[in-house]
Amino acid sequence: MSKKTIIPFGPQHPILPEPIHLDLVVEDEKVLEAIPSIGFIHRGLEKLVEKKDFVDFVYVAERICGICSFIHGMTYCMAIEEIMKVEVPARAQYLRVIWSELSRLHSHLLWLGLMADGFGFESLFMQSWRIRELILDIIEETTGGRVIFGSAKIGGVRKDIDAKTLDDIVRKLDRYAADIREIAGVFLSDASVQHRLKGVGVLSGADAYALGCVGPTLRASGVAMDMRQLGYAAYKNINFSPVVETAGDCYARCSVRIRELYQSIDLIKQAAGQMEAGPLEVKVSGTPKGEFFARTEQPRGEVVYYAKADGTRFLQRLRVRTPTFANIPALVKVIPGHALADVPILVLTIDPCISCTER
Amino acid sequence: MKFFVMAKTVLRNLFSAPATRRYPAIRRPYYKNTRGSISIAVDQCIFCGMCSRKCPSAALTVVKAGKKWTINRLRCIACGYCVEVCPKQCLAMGNHYSASVQAKTEETFSHA
Repeated sequence: MSKKTIIPFGPQHPILPEPIHLDLVVEDEKVLEAIPSIGFIHRGLEKLVEKKDFVDFVYVAERICGICSFIHGMTYCMAIEEIMKVEVPARAQYLRVIWSELSRLHSHLLWLGLMADGFGFESLFMQSWRIRELILDIIEETTGGRVIFGSAKIGGVRKDIDAKTLDDIVRKLDRYAADIREIAGVFLSDASVQHRLKGVGVLSGADAYALGCVGPTLRASGVAMDMRQLGYAAYKNINFSPVVETAGDCYARCSVRIRELYQSIDLIKQAAGQMEAGPLEVKVSGTPKGEFFARTEQPRGEVVYYAKADGTRFLQRLRVRTPTFANIPALVKVIPGHALADVPILVLTIDPCISCTER
Repeated sequence: MKFFVMAKTVLRNLFSAPATRRYPAIRRPYYKNTRGSISIAVDQCIFCGMCSRKCPSAALTVVKAGKKWTINRLRCIACGYCVEVCPKQCLAMGNHYSASVQAKTEETFSHA
């Protein structure tokens, strides 16, 4: 009978982009239990809502996360717009879809790179980020920022994409899809990668649902749940069905994200095709009074914004439930029984975004 | 199951031009929209203080009495909100990043 030891994993670890800490109870090389602790980068951004004007808070909401920034800002705007009964113009709705999908593209490519780095495939990591850089260029060209878009606004959007730029983007994305297909081949069919991913961290559909998982983690276990089905922004006019895999292992989670890359490109093309000229925003006057839950799909899964306003310039309460927070129980559930060397891969497959989680 | 799927890509990368630029010899062109740094045409400024009240990171200080407009470039998050709210449109967002600094100083502008 070997001795039980506790090995600390994080908050600083080579595979972690952000600090999360796990206490791993191990026996030999096998992990028996994982005890998470979070709270290393709590910034109190939800509390700040009491001191910041609700219009100005968009800038803060957008900076909750450095990767899915646009969708955070957009969801906050959606919550306020719903409370104030503001109808966002159609063109702004389509632009929101385009930017959301660009943000998904760069987030998933970032994740693929981190994952490749996690299982020790350095050249694949570089190749993924090389493609991501091209997406970031599109984002910078259209919004002015590489990861912080700054283009969401209560009542619409701040910036427009002219027809020529949009054509260019669609043409570029076709080219990038070919590049993505090349690296996708490595992720999905290379023997060395499959050896690390297949059958590792299996999460059944029932477990994933019961634990409240969201996003690719849930969809890889066979549950077809995607907030874009709610039809917020212009998703209601776009042909969309969620990407689902059934195996529930790390390979399935990787596969879902790769297939979502093609889907995002398709959604951007559809939105670009349907978008018509029109105003970008409506003028918003007055103050919000009431409460609303806004739900959208981030690259990592469903994000929920609860806003409560009492008719003053400052919200009474803002609560953000981020996707990573919902996926941590799944992580704690899948780790036991695996080898210590598989823990980095398992932590990465939920695509942890800790600054979102702790706000 | 396949082996060496990456080999083709690796070989092509080996014999093709690098994906990165030889900075600073070759500079990256900025986009028109790029949010770089804030500049002020201080002659037109009326020191109303709107920008400093709206600034999300409190990087701006405006003293109406002394007619001074101060920016802390290290606090500025280049969101461009001040440019949007300025009633005289004397603030502008340049697409170049501000130069690196050696000390944490603030830049003050006032009427000449």
